[in-house]
Amino acid sequence: MRALDFDYMFGLVPILLSYVPLTLGMAAVSMVMALVLASLMAVVRVVNVPVLDGFTRFFISFFRGTPLLVQLFLFYYGLPQVLAFLTAINGVTAAIMGLTLHFAAYMAESIRAAILGVDRSQWEASMSVGMTTTQMMRRIILPQAARVAAPTLVNYFIDMIKGTSLAFTLGVTELMGATQKEAAGSFLYFEAFIIVALIYWAIVETLTLFQRRLETRLGKAHAR
Amino acid sequence: MIRIKGLTKRFGTNTVLDNLDLEVREGERVVIIGPSGTGKSTLLRTLNFLEKPDEGVIRIGDVEVDAGNASRKQQLALRRQTSFVFQNYALFANKTAIENIAEGLTTVRGWDREKAFARAREILGTIGLAEKEGSYPSALSGGQQQRVGIGRAMASQAPLMLIDEPTSALDPEWIDEVLQLLKKVADERQTMLVVTHEMQFARDIADRVIFMDGGKFVEQGPPEQIFTDPKDPRTRAFLRKVL
Repeated sequence: MRALDFDYMFGLVPILLSYVPLTLGMAAVSMVMALVLASLMAVVRVVNVPVLDGFTRFFISFFRGTPLLVQLFLFYYGLPQVLAFLTAINGVTAAIMGLTLHFAAYMAESIRAAILGVDRSQWEASMSVGMTTTQMMRRIILPQAARVAAPTLVNYFIDMIKGTSLAFTLGVTELMGATQKEAAGSFLYFEAFIIVALIYWAIVETLTLFQRRLETRLGKAHAR
Repeated sequence: MIRIKGLTKRFGTNTVLDNLDLEVREGERVVIIGPSGTGKSTLLRTLNFLEKPDEGVIRIGDVEVDAGNASRKQQLALRRQTSFVFQNYALFANKTAIENIAEGLTTVRGWDREKAFARAREILGTIGLAEKEGSYPSALSGGQQQRVGIGRAMASQAPLMLIDEPTSALDPEWIDEVLQLLKKVADERQTMLVVTHEMQFARDIADRVIFMDGGKFVEQGPPEQIFTDPKDPRTRAFLRKVL
């Protein structure tokens, strides 16, 4: 067993940290778009909007039923060959598209389940004051479903942050790509990858702290 | 101002509301009594399409809807002519007491937040819960929740208030404060249709009492007559049991 090159490891930390914003940025943008898309799909399914409901089922089935990596390759390498306007698509955009659609499919189902868990009386009360379906969803049902869905959704966000590492296969130099380059130059693969592992882990742990705060905030109506 | 013709509702083969006709004058307070499962609650719920009636024409205020072919828009318009007090309160669990009362004003009627909250604060005073404005329903007693429920219905100033067994889910200790508040609302000549098992309360507030059984109106009249001199044997049998 050889000794670890600690100097190299310490030197690597600031270099790799400079890629964290890109990784987090891709994850954050994808998460926001996925949340919006997933909420819309969940509502479409719960309210049973004709035509859109069928389309949503098909969408969820496809994006849950195929690997994320396959989807990313399809967007980045495949689609531009058949759709000319996508020729200029860059790796970051393709990764964000893939992450958004993939995770939206999963999140739609958790949000749908959370919506169905909201007590019937809340729907009736909303209708009784004369709200439209949209008003009812936005003001009463979705906020209550959010409390139930929050832990699962944070889990998906964690998965998404780690999923951004796949963007490296699309030629994006993000956290994982940068590590791979550094390691290929120094041949110190263990040092490089243990550092990047620790960075991902630290990001996720920090997020877990926020999760607790978020859950307290969403649960404030239920605290006694 | 409220006219219902031929209102019918079936659950499967069971006819819960059987071709009902009803007219209610502005300011009239009508109480519906009768055994459980005779369609009293269903009647209130079909009037604002919480349950869709199968047949009949409903006119409330200046909105008339034919149940057979009511568009979503018409249903919504009809609903906005009514307010509803639920048996289980059904407060918005994610809103505070004052937000529960203001919600319909801001979201449905488009009032700005300040004006709606000022109005909601007045109502909180009327229902005796001024100090609870920031409390969530989970922190309120059953009686307090139902008073907020009544406050929410008052805020809408809808022409017709539908009140569905307002005290049935309450512990005995909270019943009185809710009935007192409803009397106060009744005293302002709010047009209302009330389903209740509280006979003394019915007597106190009703201009007219309707005895309902088997999805039909069996007998109706002023409370003195219904309670002291009921004509129909079914009404007599029911009142003997509950009085």
